[in-house]
Amino acid sequence: MTTVENNAPAQEIGRDRRRKEDRRLITGRTRWTDNQALTGLLHISIVRSPFAHAEIGSIDTSAAKQVPGVVAVYTASDIGADAVQLPCAWPITKDMKSPQRPALAGSRVNFAGEGVAVVVARTAAAAKDAAELVEVDYSELEPVLDMEEALKEGATLVHPELGTNENAQWVFDSGEAGSGGSAAEAIAAAEKADDQVVITRRFRQQRLVPVFMEPRSTVVDPTGEQLVMWSSTQVPHILKTMLALTLGLPEHKIRVIAPDVGGGFGGKLAVAPEEVVTLLVAQKLGKPVKWTETRSESLLTAHHGRDQIQDLTVAVTKDGVIKGLDVKLLADMGAYLGLVGPGVPILGAFMFNAIYKIPAYRFDCTNVFTTKTLTDAYRGAGRPEATFGIERMMDEVAVELGIEPMELRKRNWIKHEEFPYTTVSTLTYDTGNYEAATDQAMSMFDYDGLRREQEERRKRGDVKQLGLGISTFTEMCGLAPSRVLGSLDYGAGGWETASIRMLPTGKAEVVVGVSPHGQGHETAFSQIIADKLGIPFDDVEILHGDTQSSYRGLDTYGSRSLAVGGIAMVKAAEKVVEKAKPIAAHMLEASEDDIEFTAGKFSVKGTDKGVGIQDVALAVFAAHDYPEGIEPDIDAHATFDPENFSYPHGTHLCAVEVDTETGFVQLHKYVCVDDVGTVINPLIVEGQIHGGLAQGIAQALFEDAPYDESGTLLSGTLVDYTLPSAADLINFDTANTPTPSTTNPLGVKGVGEAGTIASTPAVVNAVLDAVRQYGVKDIDMPTTPFRVWTAINSAKGTGTQADEANVASPGAGLGSMAKSDSVKNQGGAL
Amino acid sequence: MIPASFDYVRPTSVAEAVQALADGGDDAKILAGGQSFIPVLRLRMGDPSLVVDLGGIAELRGVREEGDKIVVGAMTTHHDVTRDDLLNQHVKLISEATKTVADFQVRHRGTLGGALAHADPAGDLAAPALALDAEFVIAGANGERTVAASDFFEDYFTTAIGPQEILTAIRFPKYTGWGARYEKFNRVAQAWSIVAVAATVKVEGGSITDARIGLTNMAGVPVRARGVESALVGQTMSEETVRAAAQAAAEGTSPTSDADAGSDYREHLAKVLTGRAVLAAAG
Ligand SMILES: Cc1cc2nc3c(=O)[nH]c(=O)nc-3n(C[C@H](O)[C@H](O)[C@H](O)COP(=O)(O)OP(=O)(O)OC[C@H]3O[C@@H](n4cnc5c(N)ncnc54)[C@H](O)[C@@H]3O)c2cc1C
Repeated sequence: MTTVENNAPAQEIGRDRRRKEDRRLITGRTRWTDNQALTGLLHISIVRSPFAHAEIGSIDTSAAKQVPGVVAVYTASDIGADAVQLPCAWPITKDMKSPQRPALAGSRVNFAGEGVAVVVARTAAAAKDAAELVEVDYSELEPVLDMEEALKEGATLVHPELGTNENAQWVFDSGEAGSGGSAAEAIAAAEKADDQVVITRRFRQQRLVPVFMEPRSTVVDPTGEQLVMWSSTQVPHILKTMLALTLGLPEHKIRVIAPDVGGGFGGKLAVAPEEVVTLLVAQKLGKPVKWTETRSESLLTAHHGRDQIQDLTVAVTKDGVIKGLDVKLLADMGAYLGLVGPGVPILGAFMFNAIYKIPAYRFDCTNVFTTKTLTDAYRGAGRPEATFGIERMMDEVAVELGIEPMELRKRNWIKHEEFPYTTVSTLTYDTGNYEAATDQAMSMFDYDGLRREQEERRKRGDVKQLGLGISTFTEMCGLAPSRVLGSLDYGAGGWETASIRMLPTGKAEVVVGVSPHGQGHETAFSQIIADKLGIPFDDVEILHGDTQSSYRGLDTYGSRSLAVGGIAMVKAAEKVVEKAKPIAAHMLEASEDDIEFTAGKFSVKGTDKGVGIQDVALAVFAAHDYPEGIEPDIDAHATFDPENFSYPHGTHLCAVEVDTETGFVQLHKYVCVDDVGTVINPLIVEGQIHGGLAQGIAQALFEDAPYDESGTLLSGTLVDYTLPSAADLINFDTANTPTPSTTNPLGVKGVGEAGTIASTPAVVNAVLDAVRQYGVKDIDMPTTPFRVWTAINSAKGTGTQADEANVASPGAGLGSMAKSDSVKNQGGAL
Repeated sequence: MIPASFDYVRPTSVAEAVQALADGGDDAKILAGGQSFIPVLRLRMGDPSLVVDLGGIAELRGVREEGDKIVVGAMTTHHDVTRDDLLNQHVKLISEATKTVADFQVRHRGTLGGALAHADPAGDLAAPALALDAEFVIAGANGERTVAASDFFEDYFTTAIGPQEILTAIRFPKYTGWGARYEKFNRVAQAWSIVAVAATVKVEGGSITDARIGLTNMAGVPVRARGVESALVGQTMSEETVRAAAQAAAEGTSPTSDADAGSDYREHLAKVLTGRAVLAAAG
């Protein structure tokens, strides 16, 4: 028992701590799945289809079996991989069409890269050598590549057994829902009214690849009592449950471990066919087995993102007040449905109305099957697409009406005094202040100064013209209230769990259900626990990613780790304090009612007597003397189910310089002022914003995953998939105007996806703002120099309309070599 | 990405290397910095039976002055090229172009000889070598021969180096006092050229007295923009003259079309970039 001294630890929340996990990560002491070395480990290589759509005839494995070191070569049916139905957890409508998605294709392949056989060998090299010798006899079918064509009568069907290429149609109509008027009526009325106009635009969301840095890898050890799977996954808990449900394995006989995971961006929110194949092979042979993909395999077969055609119609008064919004989407699912794939565009349904007071709204999305790699969650999942659509549209409306684009937004957005605000798509935004973020961003950006410079450059006819782009965005994250997910027919809840184990020496082990893969959870979470329990930051260890220690959780995606998982942790900490209180009172020989807890100490009101929570931990360990009727244990466990999403927002302003002679777009200035609620660790928040911006800007300027007319992916190597590096970006000017969320005790909102969601339209709006003066109306993403130059030239009528040749271009590394070989590249085992 | 298996030797002299290649037959391949060759192996686009690594041959490294020539050993890395005083002083164009190749890591391993032997049409060092009238020293079973740059680049990825020969050195005439600029156009900083222009000019008393211009990725092989060169020589240096002369840049080229650029766009870029390169070189 000690007396209370005035040495309360410094406040951790809000502190710029360096990430504690980084020392290990950047000095190579990582535990990637591929680093697992088990005695007797076997390696597999998957034989993949070079064709987008083909019937599989015979498969000749005899030559492959001859390769020294090869243990077995299996076709799909040899291990039952063709009979598996990989899970889709989000049947968005009751009558959704859902094809069987096998772990390896049995009789037909439906996208280039789909697995058809697997080689098992003592070394990865031997597996790879043998995979090249597996002879598969294919009869090619027509590929299905264009969404609009795919929906026409008589189109070739990806899955003839479904009778259609339409996966589902999902409609929200505010008139029917009672949350607003009818968009159709608003548009019809605007067409007749003199003081209104109707504006229609089509935008395209190109296909992107998440390109996490660590390729996927899975190791399965079937030799113990529990089957253990290490996997480079964002979702160890979901994976465990899904393996049980999908393969009929007893759930308590499976342990899934996500060790260090090197990025995901949604790309590892999956139950991958390769995870199942690895497991089936390990079970069949009774030996530990490893699968690690190559970069090309990853680009080709790990799920892609985006890929939508967006048709937007807005009814608006001539002075800029929006009366109605109609959104029609076509969303490319690819060949199969991923874990949450069909629901991704549906998340956008709630976000097209964005920060605006839109009185009438309709959203109508049709998901389409094609013979391409499947699409699923990618950083932002549905919200970047929606934000792009509405923020591009706001600029189009501004141009049509001759209203300054920020002024147009102001005329429509929700004012700060109107929060909480229930939107036309039925969400209730708890807090926000669009004026504050915008005012600060405009002044940091020197918006008026840049407009003047833009004008001067125009007058002078400079080769490099300036363009300014705006994106005033919001998003919904912190997935998700379980009841809301239920109403959307999602197959699970959205709660999160945390447990705190108080060790005898006063240290705390915090077991969380969320599963970090680069975000810095260990640091930010330790800061929160340090404050809530009043113990030193270094006394906290965050444990995650192993279903044996963390048996309950729903993992990491949708910017949920802090906004949901963090709150579970706070609740668990409160329980620890509550459990410790009677014991502290007993130790202090005081009444529980007289005990206060501050900064890690229980003290008796009005006295200087006190005891630290770490001492209470020791006292319950010894358990020599504690009050009657309670258990000697202050550990606690809590589950938090949010009541609402969180709604980060911000104002992003981008200036670009367009070289009108070459079409090259150079970022000139980027300012973003975000409201992500309470900031736990400013450095991590800044890092998340920067990374998010890089990915969002990359969609605007660089990245694309196109297919040729035979259904071959043209970006099958990083030679062809154009990723920017730091050298292609500029210094970002960032700031925060937090309005703490009122729906959780920390006041936090999500930050993981904000930068990606916000930035893409800001950049494209800026590019168009620079070149509209020549008559350019739109440029598809990515706005490559070739496209920008072609757009300027064809608008001016001075140049030929150049067609992009449907071949990969000579990019990095392989120079001109990749393109001629891109087909070969993707055949066989990669 | 695991290559198929192959035999490997690491000779310590050119003679030994030539012998190893002769013994290895048609499936023997040379490994220099590996920055193009190893990706080819890993993607299994090639599977040689024998790899002859030139990394152990000291005589192939380094830059030296030989009379009126600067001689660069084939195994001199890009990094060493960019840091070399002799090259910076006398053959600035090759230093400038080499600085734009890839990133630090690649420049520390990739070699001048490897890049030129590889002869990727999008590679950055062939056009400067052509513009500079470099000579290529090639060793084989019958001794050494020298090939002029104009005869060296034969086609996409094809040079005058025979299957069992080794490029040992590249000889550059001196261009002391010439201005140089390599104007590279690509989508991201660390990518290959969509088009690039290598220009080096001599300006005396405000007039252009000599000019050499090579184009990257405007055909399967590097192209000399002779029309531009002759339009420049004898002219008074001015932005207008240069831009006018640059209009001839696409003559005699045959660029390809791909997702990053159509052939007409490449032709247009060649003109714009030639203008910029010459202005910068003269400035
Ligand atoms: C990520 C990345 C980006 C790149 N970006 C660029 C770029 O922007 N611009 C650019 O120009 N290059 C670029 N490169 C290629 C780089 O310049 C390579 O260094 C060069 O192409 C090959 O040189 P090397 O020494 O690595 O040769 P290697 O890869 O070892 O060999 C290349 C070929 O040349 C043959 N060869 C090598 N040396 C000899 C010799 N002495 N005699 C006969 N044959 C020989 C080999 O057999 C092989 O076929 C890039 C490479 C990478 C990996």
